[in-house]
Amino acid sequence: MIKFFLMVNKQGQTRLSKYYEHVEIHKRTLLETEVIKSCLSRSSDQCSFIEYKDFKLIYRQYAALFIVVGVNDTENEMAIYEFIHNFVEVLNEYFSRVSELDIMFNLDKVHMILDEMVLNGCIVETNRARILTPLLIIDKLSES
Amino acid sequence: MALRMVKGSIDRMFDKNLQDLVRGIRNHKEDEAKYISQCIDEIKQELKQDSIAVKANAVCKLTYLQMLGYDISWAAFNIIEVMSASKFTFKRIGYLAASQCFHEGTDVIMLTTNQIRKDLSSPSQHDTGVALTGLSCFVTPDLARDLANDIMTLMSHTKPYIRKKAVLIMYKVFLKHPESLRPAFPRLKEKLEDPDPGVQSAAVNVICELARRNPKNYLSLAPLFFKLMTSSTNNWVLIKIIKLFGALTPLEPRLGKKLIEPLTNLIHSTSAMSLLYECVNTVIAVLISLSSGMPNHSASIQLCVQKLRILIEDSDQNLKYLGLLAMSKILKTHPKSVQSHKDLILQCLDDKDESIRLRALDLLYGMVSKKSLMEIVKKLMAHVDKAEGTTYRDELLTKIIDICSQSNYQHITNFEWYISILVELTRLEGTRHGHLIAAQMLDVAIRVKAIRKFAVAQMSVLLDSAPLVASSTQRNGICEVLYAAAWICGEFSEHLQEPQRTLEAMLRPKVTTLPGHIQAVYVQNVLKLYASILQQEEQAGQPEAAQQATQLLLERLPQFVQSADLEVQERASCILQLVKHVQKLQAKAVPVAEELSALFAGELNPVAPKAQKKVPVPEGLDLDAWINEPPSDSDSEDERPKAMFHEEEQRHAKPRQAEVDEEELARRREARRQEQASNPFYIKSSPSPHKRYQDAPGVEHIPVVQIDLSVPLKVPGLPLSEQYVKLEEERRHRQKLEKDKRKKRKKEKRGRRRHGSLPTESDEDIAPAQQVDIVTEEMPENALPSDEDDKDPNDPYRALDIDLDKPLADSEKLPVLKHRNAQAPKPPEKEDVPVVEKKSKKPKKKEKTHKERSRKREEGRKKSTQKKKKHKKEKEERGKDKKSKKRRPEREEATEPVQNGAPQEEPLPPMSSYCPLAENAYVKMTYDVQGSLQEDSQVTVSVILENHSRSLLKNMELSVLDSLNTKMARPEGSSVHDGVPVPFQLPPGVSNEAQFVFSVQSIVMAQKLKGTLSFIAKDEDGATQEKLDFKLHFSCSSYLLTTPCCSDAFAKLLESGDLSVSSIKVDGISMSFQNLLARICFHHHFSVVERVDSCASMYSRSIQGHHVCLLVKKGESSVSVDGKCSDATMLGNLLEEVKGTLAQC
Repeated sequence: MIKFFLMVNKQGQTRLSKYYEHVEIHKRTLLETEVIKSCLSRSSDQCSFIEYKDFKLIYRQYAALFIVVGVNDTENEMAIYEFIHNFVEVLNEYFSRVSELDIMFNLDKVHMILDEMVLNGCIVETNRARILTPLLIIDKLSES
Repeated sequence: MALRMVKGSIDRMFDKNLQDLVRGIRNHKEDEAKYISQCIDEIKQELKQDSIAVKANAVCKLTYLQMLGYDISWAAFNIIEVMSASKFTFKRIGYLAASQCFHEGTDVIMLTTNQIRKDLSSPSQHDTGVALTGLSCFVTPDLARDLANDIMTLMSHTKPYIRKKAVLIMYKVFLKHPESLRPAFPRLKEKLEDPDPGVQSAAVNVICELARRNPKNYLSLAPLFFKLMTSSTNNWVLIKIIKLFGALTPLEPRLGKKLIEPLTNLIHSTSAMSLLYECVNTVIAVLISLSSGMPNHSASIQLCVQKLRILIEDSDQNLKYLGLLAMSKILKTHPKSVQSHKDLILQCLDDKDESIRLRALDLLYGMVSKKSLMEIVKKLMAHVDKAEGTTYRDELLTKIIDICSQSNYQHITNFEWYISILVELTRLEGTRHGHLIAAQMLDVAIRVKAIRKFAVAQMSVLLDSAPLVASSTQRNGICEVLYAAAWICGEFSEHLQEPQRTLEAMLRPKVTTLPGHIQAVYVQNVLKLYASILQQEEQAGQPEAAQQATQLLLERLPQFVQSADLEVQERASCILQLVKHVQKLQAKAVPVAEELSALFAGELNPVAPKAQKKVPVPEGLDLDAWINEPPSDSDSEDERPKAMFHEEEQRHAKPRQAEVDEEELARRREARRQEQASNPFYIKSSPSPHKRYQDAPGVEHIPVVQIDLSVPLKVPGLPLSEQYVKLEEERRHRQKLEKDKRKKRKKEKRGRRRHGSLPTESDEDIAPAQQVDIVTEEMPENALPSDEDDKDPNDPYRALDIDLDKPLADSEKLPVLKHRNAQAPKPPEKEDVPVVEKKSKKPKKKEKTHKERSRKREEGRKKSTQKKKKHKKEKEERGKDKKSKKRRPEREEATEPVQNGAPQEEPLPPMSSYCPLAENAYVKMTYDVQGSLQEDSQVTVSVILENHSRSLLKNMELSVLDSLNTKMARPEGSSVHDGVPVPFQLPPGVSNEAQFVFSVQSIVMAQKLKGTLSFIAKDEDGATQEKLDFKLHFSCSSYLLTTPCCSDAFAKLLESGDLSVSSIKVDGISMSFQNLLARICFHHHFSVVERVDSCASMYSRSIQGHHVCLLVKKGESSVSVDGKCSDATMLGNLLEEVKGTLAQC
């Protein structure tokens, strides 16, 4: 099960956080700091899986942005690793070449995309078209 | 500043939006916190405004701030306001904020129930979607209970998007409200075959998640999933399904055999690494659960190992990591297959990536053998020297110790080597694992008797260099090693070469800088050492040397007496007084050594960690009974000291007699054995009865340490494990040569039958260097079996361990929303009952009747062979019993004024809805008809077949002559005249239940169907074809479904006027009204809407939606029933049936 989904930049600023199990707010900041620290301490020739406390971190770096997913031991690490890329591809398609600013300014949209893809801590949808259709309809609605 | 304030108020119309906030934070890098607190103040102002747009904007900003770590729980109410906005753009913001910050502890969450329900049933699919998504984040048990039915309805929504979301949210609902699982499951199962792939994968997802936690309840779905697995092309869905099969196979080994082939095909064909990895993992899991009798078992394992090797050799670090991870799973069951890849794994130890090195280390643990241990540890030691980070080095250290000590030092052939490894490890700087090394040293020294001499020698060297050890690593754990060293030197002091020197080392002033607990051990062991020095010197006739030692102690002990540590201080002053006394005696030339060493007689044996727990309570001993009269409050303190010294008394009672003659020894030994046998506190010693005396000098019982002479007993200075590796190799070589020689000789004798024995030596051939007697941990005699595998009672998934195949009972239906009308006339008794109670009242009643029915069913099945199933059910039954018992008083309170001391309600007679169907010499049939919840024109007939003959009944088939109105559902492709096979056989005396589905067109009249049960009865004499005719009676009541109805809706229904009326009256009824109602509820599937005194209104609904209302009044000895129903014929028939029931009362 996915425990949390984070997007953090190299400076350690959280750009998106989603927890699938309730975590106290002050513990969240602490956890996020530690998580990004352990990701930053790794070089590119190290694998993308970190054993952290009682769960695993799976991360990928896109420019200055890290996407980190915390999972428990029943999850398939490789699937999550591929999923992160899938997520970024969806963002890329929606924002046409996504940047850190896009994510900051459209936090709600990114959340919607993520909610389409992950629910209850499980990957539920990976089909790009099916993920984006509801969003595009909503965008059209708000335009009109 | 002031200007900005003015500007801010002017700009209120154009409040900062999220973008402005983000930019603002970026522009205030220096005073971010201040800027944000300012923003929060602004947001608070905005939230006070009436405009929902302003509020939504504020909440949107709060969501961003929450992400940055600011608590926004104070705005929970505002969030709910925004959630209830009518405009979707705002609503969305509200739900997003709620899903980010609401949780079970948020108290305002209960205010959202109605809003969410409204959104769920909104005509706009976006409202519904956003509400569903939000729910998945913050659903609480209350919300789950109240909304379960709404969400379940959405599972059949016309829009696939909503169906998908609803299916997914149901998972969360199940978790929070487990009772909803059974009613919702049939629909969920349907969704596995939904035409929309999104919905289908959602259903797969939910069921897989459920099934992984409680696989046994989902075994029946295996064929369906198997079909999905072979047909699906979606890798993500495949991963889920394969994971599920991994959970199912341990319960159903046949499944495993079936799985291997498609899985290996996938392994060969797929290009997706995640899928490959999942397949390999599942194949491993399957093979682990299968018995090893599989023919192509090893082929599959080989395939996995080969694939994993490719992964490990890949340049991609991720694949390498996963390969090693999966390899470690294979290792547990098939170590041989992994061991052949030792080269690769050792290579991974040199990897740049620490995670990979750690995984490789894990693998090494299982790969060592007697032969390879030294080589692997040597390699690891080299890594220890090279390691940069302390974490990795500590990990290495623990791994080395783990590897060596695993399964009782199974792989160690030379303990001198191991001790020297441990000593080498003490030279590590900055390790946190000093205590681990210390524990190993103690363990080895205590359990491997042959090594003590060597260990003591090494430890004394360590003690000698103690200042060095202590000074360089004062702050961290390595000084813990001195704890072990001091204890070993003290306890086994007879092996010391230069005891005086060690004594001197242990009394150095620098020792006082060590941690208190280590000093305490020092002080205690100084005395032991002193005792053995005295003994040696006295025997050697050198009183001067003995006095010198005394003098040394007298000089040095005071420094410990001044210690700040209480333990050290106490022991030191005690010992100091003792030594002073000895000094006096020595002055008078009285030999004291013997008495002094008697203080430390006896040997400490290792005790198994669970030993204490397993000491059986002797017969007749009641641990809870008072031994004396319960004490008054004050004198409890006096007892404590006694208990504390109990142990020591035990030990002192066995003084070490240095020079006793053989006979005396034997006699005492016998006496002690006797004593031990009857002593409950004594934990039985290991098989060798000699070892307790081994330290008594001059006695032949000392086990002869057979150490190979080529190994020097003392290595000057600190030992080097390297040397031992070489020595060990030489030794093994020699051993081999000798063996070969012997073999040759044998072979020659045998006439050289076999040539070319394999040159490699197998593990078993290597004999350990020392005749090592590893003292096993002791366990008490007749130890109790352990009581492990307690499941975690807090596991949220435990509640979902529910039998899904059991037919759905009425009581399990999801609560349907009912309107509560304040004006509705309430019966006076109910006044003080809380409102919530009212809602739950009806289900309670039903639950009770259900209980009755299921109890009856249970009786019918008592003899059933399916013990497992029954067991489960009984458990559930019990749980339900408890529940309804608990609830019953409440109900009575609600329906009747209970008077103190009033006679108890007469108990309900047991009721069964099963009516006799037919009976002959072989079989008895009873049946029950239930309307189907899902289909409006189907009924299920449950037939209990009870074999009361001595034959085995098999090939049972039920054939029924269909009428125009009522038809039996037959398997596809069979004709009207074919029978439906009964899916089981009946051994003698056994009964079982079979279910058949019938479709009905008109339900207003009772129906009768003729049918035949044909079967083969087989006994010793042979088999005969038999048949039994019967008539199935479908009463009108059997088409009714118990449906709760609130008085409000009931009143409206009666007022609507489109119902036809009829009534009956039955005389001569003696049964209580309560029981009467229960009977009607039970046999005719009604529920009580309201009851006032001896008058009650009842409601039920047919499977085709007819409403049936009854008003039951009880007179002196008569009961009148007025009925209203949307169909007159049906009402007439129903009332006739009710009349029949009442006539029996």
